[in-house]
Amino acid sequence: MNWSWLTDDGRYTGGFILRVLAKAAILFALANLLFALADPLPAIGRASVYAWLVPARPRLPYGENASQAYNLSLNSLDAMFATHELTRAKAADEYRVLVLGDSATWGILQRPHETLAGNLNQSGLNTPVGQRMVFYNVGYPTMSLTKDLLLLDVALRYQADALLWPFTAQSFPRQSQLASPIVQNNAESVRRLIGDYALDLDADDERLVTPTLWDRTLVGSRRPLADWLRLQLYGFAWAATGIDQYYPEAYTPRTEDFEEDISWGDFAEPATMNQDDLAFDVLAAGVQRAREIPVLLVNEPMFISDGQNSDLRYNLFYPRWAYDAYRSWLIETASANGWRLLDLWDAVDSGAFTDSPVHLTPKGVEQFVARIVEAITALE
Amino acid sequence: MTLAYIAIFIGGALLYTALLPARGRGWALLVASVLTIYLMQSQLTIRFLDFILPTMTLLITITVWLVTRDSSTVATREDAITLGLTATLVFGLSLTRFLAPELRPTPSRPPDPLALGAALAVAGAAIFTVSWLLRGWRGLLTATILVIIALFIVLKTDILATAVSRALRFASGQNPELAGAVDLTWLGISYIAFRLIHVVRERQMGRLPALSLREHLTYVIFFPALAAGPIDRAERFTPDMRALPEAGLFIPPRLVEAGGRISVGLFKKFVVSDSLALFALNSANAAQATSAGAVWLLLYAYAFRLFLDFSGYTDIVIGIGIVLGVRLPENFDRPYLKPTITAFWQSWHITLSNWVRFYVFSPLSRMLLMRKVSPLAAVFSAQLATMAVIGLWHGVQWTFLIWGVWHGIGLFVHKVWSDRTRKRYLALKTQPRLLRGWTITGILLTFHYVALGWVWFALPDVNLAAQTFGRLFGIGF
Repeated sequence: MNWSWLTDDGRYTGGFILRVLAKAAILFALANLLFALADPLPAIGRASVYAWLVPARPRLPYGENASQAYNLSLNSLDAMFATHELTRAKAADEYRVLVLGDSATWGILQRPHETLAGNLNQSGLNTPVGQRMVFYNVGYPTMSLTKDLLLLDVALRYQADALLWPFTAQSFPRQSQLASPIVQNNAESVRRLIGDYALDLDADDERLVTPTLWDRTLVGSRRPLADWLRLQLYGFAWAATGIDQYYPEAYTPRTEDFEEDISWGDFAEPATMNQDDLAFDVLAAGVQRAREIPVLLVNEPMFISDGQNSDLRYNLFYPRWAYDAYRSWLIETASANGWRLLDLWDAVDSGAFTDSPVHLTPKGVEQFVARIVEAITALE
Repeated sequence: MTLAYIAIFIGGALLYTALLPARGRGWALLVASVLTIYLMQSQLTIRFLDFILPTMTLLITITVWLVTRDSSTVATREDAITLGLTATLVFGLSLTRFLAPELRPTPSRPPDPLALGAALAVAGAAIFTVSWLLRGWRGLLTATILVIIALFIVLKTDILATAVSRALRFASGQNPELAGAVDLTWLGISYIAFRLIHVVRERQMGRLPALSLREHLTYVIFFPALAAGPIDRAERFTPDMRALPEAGLFIPPRLVEAGGRISVGLFKKFVVSDSLALFALNSANAAQATSAGAVWLLLYAYAFRLFLDFSGYTDIVIGIGIVLGVRLPENFDRPYLKPTITAFWQSWHITLSNWVRFYVFSPLSRMLLMRKVSPLAAVFSAQLATMAVIGLWHGVQWTFLIWGVWHGIGLFVHKVWSDRTRKRYLALKTQPRLLRGWTITGILLTFHYVALGWVWFALPDVNLAAQTFGRLFGIGF
């Protein structure tokens, strides 16, 4: 580099330095204030190299091991969706199906083509009128129906024709609805949803993060800005490798033997839980939010153990009493509301689970898909 | 060097120029440099080694000063003060052993001050005795160089470093099974070793200016350039040191220049380079890339990341040096815009290139020519050896050797080519458009030749590097 611009100019006096520093300080303060007032983060989030310089991602950004996953967790829904295949133009013969859900849908330990949505896409399904069904994975690895509702609210911008919504009981406890960081950091949208659908959740819950003026300045926004930039940069690694999560060589398999314990979260025993403790109102809000597009709810498959204390627990997540109660309330509620529900809780062999009671092997996904196909093609 | 260290260095440098009495500047640089070799040393698992290695840096540097100083002169009062001050600093650092861990400046708990004092006394006595006994021995300087090279080879060769680590672990009562080369991570040793060899070689050739112990120590371990150069020359560094008491440092043009260099360096290193690092070629993504285009993408990212990281770091170091009153040499001059591989090596890591040109290429080619080896063969051998040394300087590994040989061959081919096309090239000078086209073609060819070489530099495993090299051309998918 030629450095003469730094050394040849006789203007560099003490006064010059002070003027430059003063102007820089004023401009910096102004830029921060303007940034805070204009709040350009959503617009910045929508700017993306994906589907332009690099291929769009088949699932939402998520990653706890960014440097190995070429992926990261962030809180900007605009930035997350801007990376997704969902942003591509809808073909004339396309029947667009959103696949909502938790880590089982997102596909922990699964390659993109091995996920539920990926597997359904490989099945080459068509609607009864011959439209090509294309499934979009909008699952996200935290368990909360409110998180699902939040993602659905955004995903519906993208011309969906149907919704496939697998979930498990872990997403239902009311006290865990606002525990997900993505929910907490999208407080404005969550409060709107609480208000619009009269959800039995506290809109003033202190876990919901309300950005201050300082948080909205350039300096205060440095974390979301850095996350957005890293997301774009990891796009190149994603493009080069097709990798979007870290695949360890070995993992700890789901537990088969349990302590003699019948508690489920905050619920110590059957008498302590009633139907209102589970967020069926959020599930209803999701169905309502989908409006006229058909929704297929799925009680997703889970591992059923026959190990030690399996008479008390189905798996590490659930004591039998809690899951049975959840399941009967779910079936009852779905029936009362006329929702289409597939209860596939035991649809997958116990050998087809990986590191958690709901994470499936590719074989497990195939078994799951086989049970969905008929219902999903009949959706229209 | 982390941002925290850079901030400390910049803040310290500004205080130094603004507040320190001019006559104290040289001493301040010595104190800062001695402290830095301890503070920036990474934590090591072998007990006390992260204190012992910086201490050895000082002992070796002082030893080299002893063997290279003019034996007809007597040590001055300043030399004695330097020795005393250095020992006091080391001893003082060892006293931080009694501080709470969060207040301790060293990477881990220093050794017992009494034991350290005894060890330093024994080591000091041994060094002075041996150097006194060997004074006048004609092979002393050569032996010194050989010892430094041997030490360097041990540290840079995984198998040897691991063996030493195993022995040290055994001696310290730690599990030898856990030994590894990483146990001997020694801050700045690559640069320190080359500066020391430079001093000894210049002394052998009678070109070394008389250096006080303070000048010698500060030159070898000058703190901004400790971790990644540049490799200054003693005869260039010393006049700056001697001019410090009279130099006007806290003056606007100097601060603007320093601030500009530091700002540009920070941007290059921490913004652009660190961004490219997210998808630059490495051993993980090299094996995962799905197409030739993908491997090229990773390789381009690596090429620019490496350049921006290293040159950005150099800008920061030069900027800090300017604030301190020491103008360190440039290390880069737009290397990726050079139309030939020879020009590339005159503009990439310039101080290392110059070092090997002075101490490897020139003497080796001279020796070969004197032995009646054909000029072409002499140039080829010297270039190959020179570039192999540059490669192995980064680590005694096959991949670095192949990288060096790759460039050695490139330099030789370019020499033959330029010799044969000189007339045609001169004729081009009358045709500006053709000349521009020729230059642009040269730049593209040179850049890609260099980039292909980075495959061997970036990947630690020969098989993976070879596989990646093939994949760049669509082979092996």
